Amino acid sequence: MKDNQSISVTVNGKAYQRAVEPRLLLSDFLRHELGLTGTHVGCEHGVCGACTVLFDGQPVRSCLLFAVQANGHEVLTVESLAEDQDALHPLQQAFWEKHGLQCGFCTPGILMTLLPFLESNPNPTDAEIRLALSGNLCRCTGYQHIVEAVKLAAQNA
Amino acid sequence: MAATQFFGERIKRNEDPRLLTGQALFTDDVDLPDMGHVAFLRSPYAHARILSIDTSSALEREGVIAVYTAESLGDYWQHGPLLVSPPPIKNIVFNERTQVPLAKDKVHHVGEPIVMIVAESRYIAEDAIDDIWVDYDPLPVIVDMEKALAPDSPCVHDDLESNVCAHVVQTKGQRSYEEVKAEAHLVIKRRFYYDHGTAAAMENRGVVAEWDHRAARLTVWDTTQAPVFIRNGLAAMLGLSENQVRVIAPFIGGGFGPKIMMFYPEEVLLPWAAIKLRRPMKWIEDRSENFVATTHERDQIHEAEMALSEDGHILGIHDVFIHDTGAYAPYGLTVPINSQCTLLGPYDVPVYYSEFTAVFTNKTLVTPYRGAGRQHGVFVMERLLDVAAKELGLDRTEVRRRNFIPVEKFPYNNEIIYQDFAPLRYDSGNYEPVLDKAIELVEYRKFIDEIQPKARAEGKYLGIGIVAYVEGTGIGPYEGARVQVQSNGKVNVATGIGTQGQGHFTSFAQIVADQVGVDVADVSLVTGDTDQFHWGAGTFASRGAVVAGNAINEAAKEVRRKILKFASEQLEAAEEDIELRNGEVFVKGSPDRAIALGTLAQQANPMRGAVKPDAEPGLESTNYFGPEYGATASGVHAMILEIDPETMQVDIQKYVVVHDCGNVINPLILDGQVHGGVAQGIGNAFYEKLAYDQQGQLLSGSFMDYLLPTSMDVPPIVVGHKVTESPLNPLGIKGAGEAGAIPTGALFAQAVEDALANPALEIKEIPLSPSRLWQLVQKPE
Repeated sequence: MKDNQSISVTVNGKAYQRAVEPRLLLSDFLRHELGLTGTHVGCEHGVCGACTVLFDGQPVRSCLLFAVQANGHEVLTVESLAEDQDALHPLQQAFWEKHGLQCGFCTPGILMTLLPFLESNPNPTDAEIRLALSGNLCRCTGYQHIVEAVKLAAQNA
Repeated sequence: MAATQFFGERIKRNEDPRLLTGQALFTDDVDLPDMGHVAFLRSPYAHARILSIDTSSALEREGVIAVYTAESLGDYWQHGPLLVSPPPIKNIVFNERTQVPLAKDKVHHVGEPIVMIVAESRYIAEDAIDDIWVDYDPLPVIVDMEKALAPDSPCVHDDLESNVCAHVVQTKGQRSYEEVKAEAHLVIKRRFYYDHGTAAAMENRGVVAEWDHRAARLTVWDTTQAPVFIRNGLAAMLGLSENQVRVIAPFIGGGFGPKIMMFYPEEVLLPWAAIKLRRPMKWIEDRSENFVATTHERDQIHEAEMALSEDGHILGIHDVFIHDTGAYAPYGLTVPINSQCTLLGPYDVPVYYSEFTAVFTNKTLVTPYRGAGRQHGVFVMERLLDVAAKELGLDRTEVRRRNFIPVEKFPYNNEIIYQDFAPLRYDSGNYEPVLDKAIELVEYRKFIDEIQPKARAEGKYLGIGIVAYVEGTGIGPYEGARVQVQSNGKVNVATGIGTQGQGHFTSFAQIVADQVGVDVADVSLVTGDTDQFHWGAGTFASRGAVVAGNAINEAAKEVRRKILKFASEQLEAAEEDIELRNGEVFVKGSPDRAIALGTLAQQANPMRGAVKPDAEPGLESTNYFGPEYGATASGVHAMILEIDPETMQVDIQKYVVVHDCGNVINPLILDGQVHGGVAQGIGNAFYEKLAYDQQGQLLSGSFMDYLLPTSMDVPPIVVGHKVTESPLNPLGIKGAGEAGAIPTGALFAQAVEDALANPALEIKEIPLSPSRLWQLVQKPE
């Protein structure tokens, strides 16, 4: 497992050049090579959605991709949403207002799933929000406050 | 309580900006130079002798730093401590068997760790697992609880003559059950099966350990719900002083009970290896490990009997059950004792006979998971009442109402011993208004009289459920807190409990803000870092708000007293004339002469001059709170659901929770706790099943097989509140963390039965599933 491969990947607008093992997961690359630990790993088999990032604008599970597959692509993680904690993205702000998170472990993946969803559907119904959320597991909230947060974010947009 | 400003308000959480931006530190985010990464070879067998272990090839692999077996540990290899000793119950039998760090000679369940590998990366450590050769001699596997108790059953533990872990009998009442049964109008007898799965917190477990050789200090980041106990235990095991060990429970991605279990093998091994190798060590559990190596809750079989009078009053209950405790029982009897006690619920039961046998099996250990056995007891009681209502021709709400403990009987003594070793006493309660509110919110009468008949006429299978329960919360022993006004005017709070998403950074800040007269956002909380506060028990049993909350309140009150006293000297005014508001102190009517709290804190800690001999510097106080016994919360859940008769899929159309947990610190946070509990309850009732085969292999060990409820499965939940204050603590609060999850199985069963309207069908088991419902409808048991 030696033969490292050189990759160029743009993450949150910054270009990175790294030599990585072909088997290195994109989630591990983001977290441990780039130190972007906002992306969380919950199951490593593509069910829970906690590791969701945007890959050329589309939500993907970073635990189901190898870092080498990101070569030449653009990745956005939760760290891209706000400059700092005093300047939250409207979606983050809505999650804060509506108590859309408890332990917060699944939250980055949920935010990254909902971001493109709200762009493509700025005025979603409850049913549409629940469908969009259905690929992300949350064990704390029962989803209700998340749905309310998404509605608030849509209203405020 | 001080004039309330923040207590009781729906205030958004202090901790959220950190979490929302991905800046909150979780255990797996800890990254240290020169860190070794750990993986474990775990047993693929549920029960087998280990004949030999060959680790030589693993050691040859490039990047492998060390490989350890039980033998490598020498004297450090010890059975884990018994976390909760058996309660003081007469004639109790308890065979103590606790887990080991690495299996020696024999494995007792799939997933038990055998070899620890340390490597330069987790990838290499996992590669090395395949280099290791273990020669196993498979043994007969004990899977089924009832078969485990057969006289000829093989034994999980070689040194025991049977698989009995414990046997406990508790009774209530002056008369025997047989006596009241002889006088009963109706006796109902049923066999119930209740299985509660795995917590499946979104964050798996993890441990990072760092040994500073020069300072001779150990720092451990651990996904634990009880950092102080972990520190004290580690110090004892490693031969260190407690002040040489710092345990940090950072942000934790959900706890729900299994993260209070201790000591997990990894918690014992990582610090040891960090000291031995003088390198930081990291182990992060993956999801497939979590399914077999993190504790479960699982199943009980109850043979239950209820004797009733003609008018539906309970005369007595007789319940004999068996409880699967898995391969070891380090958490003692908390789960089955909770089942035994919580079965009695909000009802005035004069005579109770309860007997249980806890059984060792070759399965993952059983310790509390949100509800902690209460579900099982509530299911039995509520199902018996449902049968009683049918047999007696009573409305199901009426049979419950008739048996509720009347208000004038509180405090109410149930006579038996609870999980906190105190007699099971209910401090306060008022159950009828809770039921009435639930009936109103779910529109019970309208459903029964109009909606359901209409739906049935249209060929739709619509059903309603309504059940009641109590939850013993806020048990001792104690918690403590230190509150300090900082020089910058912010107020710092340190407490020992640890936090897993309950909103402690906010609810505790609200308590302090009211006392000290600052904004909630200006109160910062440190919790779960033993260097900041090293006394306390932990976050479990819905006790954080009650016990730590009241400790914080006491400390904040004392700081308030100090502020007023010192300000009166500085402002040359009487204490009663001092006002404390918006981070300032001033004499009433003269806000222009205000002193900022930060300035006052600096003045209370002068560089020169004399601090009076009896005075303490600063504006700080450390206080403790221990309740006499637990505060009992109560609630009623109601739901309306529709079943598709062809697929047996269930659509929950309405879900109502009316809950009484005394005074509410933050209703927004409480609603969230209730919603999340219900979601886990729904998962337990219809989606989640730890399925084992006869070889003790877990067949549902992934999220593709063990189904957590999604946003499509959890309905919107209507939450109503009633308030009956607890007299046991100054804030008058009760715990709420587990309430949402406790009665859902019983509720689900009742509603499903009601929807299917098949007189032959009784739901006597949880979890259900579409396929299981189909089987039951085809052939009612």
